Amino acid sequence: MVQLTNSHKGNGNSGWTILFFIVGFTASLFAGWIVFPKLLYSKKQQPIDFNHELHMTHVDNGCESCHFFREDGTYSGVPKLVQCIDCHQEVQGDTGHEALFVEKYVSKGKEVPWLIYSRQPDCVFFSHAAHVKLAKMDCETCHGHIGQSTSLKPYEYNIITGYSRDIWGKNPENYLGLKTNTYDRMKMNDCAACHLEETGRKSSVSTEKDGCFVCHK
Amino acid sequence: MKIDRRCFLSLGIGAAAGTALSPLPWKLMDDASIWTQNWPWTPVPPDGEISYTDSTCTLCSGGCGITVRKIDDRVVKIEGRENHPVNNGGICVLGLSGTQLLYGPTRVKSPMKKINGTFQKITWNQALSEITEKLLTLRAEGRSHTVAAIAGSSRGTVSALLQRFLTAYGSPNFYCQSSIEDSFSLSHIQPQNNKTIPGFDLENADYVLSFGTGIIDGWGSPVRMIQASNAWKTKNLKLIQVEPRLSDTAARSDEWLPSKPGTEAILALGIAHVILQESLYDQAAIDYHSEGFVTWRTAVLGHYHPDKVAEITGIDAKTIFTVGREFGQAEKPVAICGRGKGNTPVSVAEMSAIHALNVLVGNVNKKGGVFTLPEPNYISWPEISFDTKAETSLQTKQIAEGGLLHRLPSAINEAEDSVTLLFVADANPCYTLTDTKEVIRAFKKIPFKVSFSSYMDETAKLSDLILPNHSYLERYEDVPVTSGLRNPVIGLTKPIVNPLFQTKHTGDVIISIARAMKGSIESSFPWKNYYQCLKNGLGQHWNPLLNNGVVEITYIPEFEEIPRFAFQIPNDKPQVLLEGNENKMDLTLIPSDSMRLSSGYIGAPPFMMKTIPDTILKDNNTLVQIHPKTAEKLELKQGCYAILKTPRDEKKVKIHLSQGIGEDIISFPRGLGHTAYDSYLAGKGINFNELIGPVEDPFSGLDVAWGIRASLIKA
Repeated sequence: MVQLTNSHKGNGNSGWTILFFIVGFTASLFAGWIVFPKLLYSKKQQPIDFNHELHMTHVDNGCESCHFFREDGTYSGVPKLVQCIDCHQEVQGDTGHEALFVEKYVSKGKEVPWLIYSRQPDCVFFSHAAHVKLAKMDCETCHGHIGQSTSLKPYEYNIITGYSRDIWGKNPENYLGLKTNTYDRMKMNDCAACHLEETGRKSSVSTEKDGCFVCHK
Repeated sequence: MKIDRRCFLSLGIGAAAGTALSPLPWKLMDDASIWTQNWPWTPVPPDGEISYTDSTCTLCSGGCGITVRKIDDRVVKIEGRENHPVNNGGICVLGLSGTQLLYGPTRVKSPMKKINGTFQKITWNQALSEITEKLLTLRAEGRSHTVAAIAGSSRGTVSALLQRFLTAYGSPNFYCQSSIEDSFSLSHIQPQNNKTIPGFDLENADYVLSFGTGIIDGWGSPVRMIQASNAWKTKNLKLIQVEPRLSDTAARSDEWLPSKPGTEAILALGIAHVILQESLYDQAAIDYHSEGFVTWRTAVLGHYHPDKVAEITGIDAKTIFTVGREFGQAEKPVAICGRGKGNTPVSVAEMSAIHALNVLVGNVNKKGGVFTLPEPNYISWPEISFDTKAETSLQTKQIAEGGLLHRLPSAINEAEDSVTLLFVADANPCYTLTDTKEVIRAFKKIPFKVSFSSYMDETAKLSDLILPNHSYLERYEDVPVTSGLRNPVIGLTKPIVNPLFQTKHTGDVIISIARAMKGSIESSFPWKNYYQCLKNGLGQHWNPLLNNGVVEITYIPEFEEIPRFAFQIPNDKPQVLLEGNENKMDLTLIPSDSMRLSSGYIGAPPFMMKTIPDTILKDNNTLVQIHPKTAEKLELKQGCYAILKTPRDEKKVKIHLSQGIGEDIISFPRGLGHTAYDSYLAGKGINFNELIGPVEDPFSGLDVAWGIRASLIKA
């Protein structure tokens, strides 16, 4: 009887045990997948808004009109004030952000402290020229269709590392290293995966060198 | 049914399993590792556009061309400029460290005035009106001649502007550091009183006899000298180094002749004896440079037989004969002098004895020889206008007789109110002049001192007013370079970056002071600013200089134009005697120069200090080099402390034993012991200049001290 009672008790408790397990399991999954990313990232607005789509209609050379390569092959990145001044010495349109831009930055000769969505750590060496000029890749492959956007999305950044969320990816599957679009993530594994897919090996195409120091200087 | 401990355990396991299957632990781990790379003290250079701009280095008298690498507006690296006539792509450690002088903590950021012993920031208007008022008052009181100025060099527009200002103002008291070129000039018969400067065609020589010259230790234009000596190795050129210490140059030479210090002139005369005795000299050259030759020849043959010379110099007679014959028979031999970096003059007797060798073998103004060049007088400005006050005042005697800078401190110390206002530009006399204690005493005696220094050096620190100049990477300025180059060149510094601080070009400051003085002084300065003054003054040279950054002044003299050399009859003791009592102080203290230490008016930047070995500086102590036998005699050991005493001062030093120095000689590194600049330089070691005082050459009056008597006692 004693044994029976014990067994009965055990059976009765296992329901609770399983329930508690499920509760713990789901709660932590919820915390890990939903709450944690929300807590990990904070949001900032860009200093002024920018309409890529509108600007694309005014330039001849697509993205490279403003995000150009310098004579020595280095990539200029985010445009400096000196490029904007060509057109925006005076206010051109009627948007509040443009007026703010002219007043706060152009007239004071101050650079706009743009927040860069794709900024990589300083130790990462990446040559835009090798990818865009030699491998003839599109900007969209890594940066998405930012050229068609009408306003700048908020800049989300990791509160521990300070890096942009675009590096790790925004969608749940990105957390597992998976992605729907090529531009969903910009972590080291994404570079390696693309290199493997395109060239059959993870090494640098131009130097044919492998190893950490090919990209980490 | 009851909730028990097992349920909570299960909850925990569930939570752990859930967490493991969520990105939380993995992402946190990844982020934590990235976080460690982003600690705020990890320097991350900002990214930007790379650009290169050519300019000229002014940190020593070498005048190298530089190419400055910038990322956006920030200077990140200074490299040697390719195809530059001086340094062709090479650069020295001081030139390379120039970035640290631009951005380092030692910059003076705005005009500063000393109030109650501490510097306080003032505006340019306040600074300039204070100076102008003082100058006007002194002039009204008829004391214009009590205003003096010290410039780092006698060449270049800024030095010339300062001298012009003083002249127009009515003061004859303009001084600058003497150099080896003064000794060279004095050993020649001057054509039309023009100064003669030497140009050594070392690139084409085939035998170099160096009397203590630090060929790879910073003599002349250091990078050019290193490049020339590198080329010698492939050309099988023979380099003979006469020097009491195994310097880097001696170590690199084909033969090191460790002569007793100060006996170089006698050795040269011994070598001349061999050339004369064996008739190895060039008759045509002697016919031209005939002044005094016959009597000189008799004296040399009579008194400087190699056997006798060997006794004095410590170099055996056989070697003297060999060197004499080799030198006499070589196709393009060159004898060169100027100890170490060659910043201090040598006696005219010594210069004459050594240069006589070049004249004897007829290698003057010939390819691979020594060229006697005219001073590159390239600045053409309108005449200075004088008023009566200036004319009267200019008749006053110079405070330091003969215009010799080393005489200035004692002249100030001896007379009351001899100098009431002193300007110092591109110079740091409170560090570089010998007998530093006396210099500082004299400096403190001057009621008002104005420094134009960009850096908080010893002189600026002791000044009453600092009017900081732009750094050499922020300004236009001509850089005339002679430094033993075959052809003198004029370089141009260009503003690579906009001035970082509230500094002003010294040229502009002098012009604005002059203009504020009104009258004839104002009319002597008819330029709006320094840039205009530079452009107008350089005339035909300006455009090529602006476009190419450098102009080479090629000069091929007609034979008749060559200044004639004057053979000076050597007296019994052509060597310069040392200060101090030989019986009380039986050791000889000599300085040692190194490319790794800047001993001029610019202090060594932090990067340079990192290159000094611990045989020179250890735990902020200067190490002196002595021979193990000297150490044994004095009961000193490697690394022990000793008191080094000279007639001028005494200091505690550390001992370093070396076979590379003669017995009874102490070698002391020059360039340490700064008391100003920043914590990277100040308080490290001892300044050699504190231990030595000036010794005048009886012929020229130049300070030709090459060492001093000393004693070492175990501390």
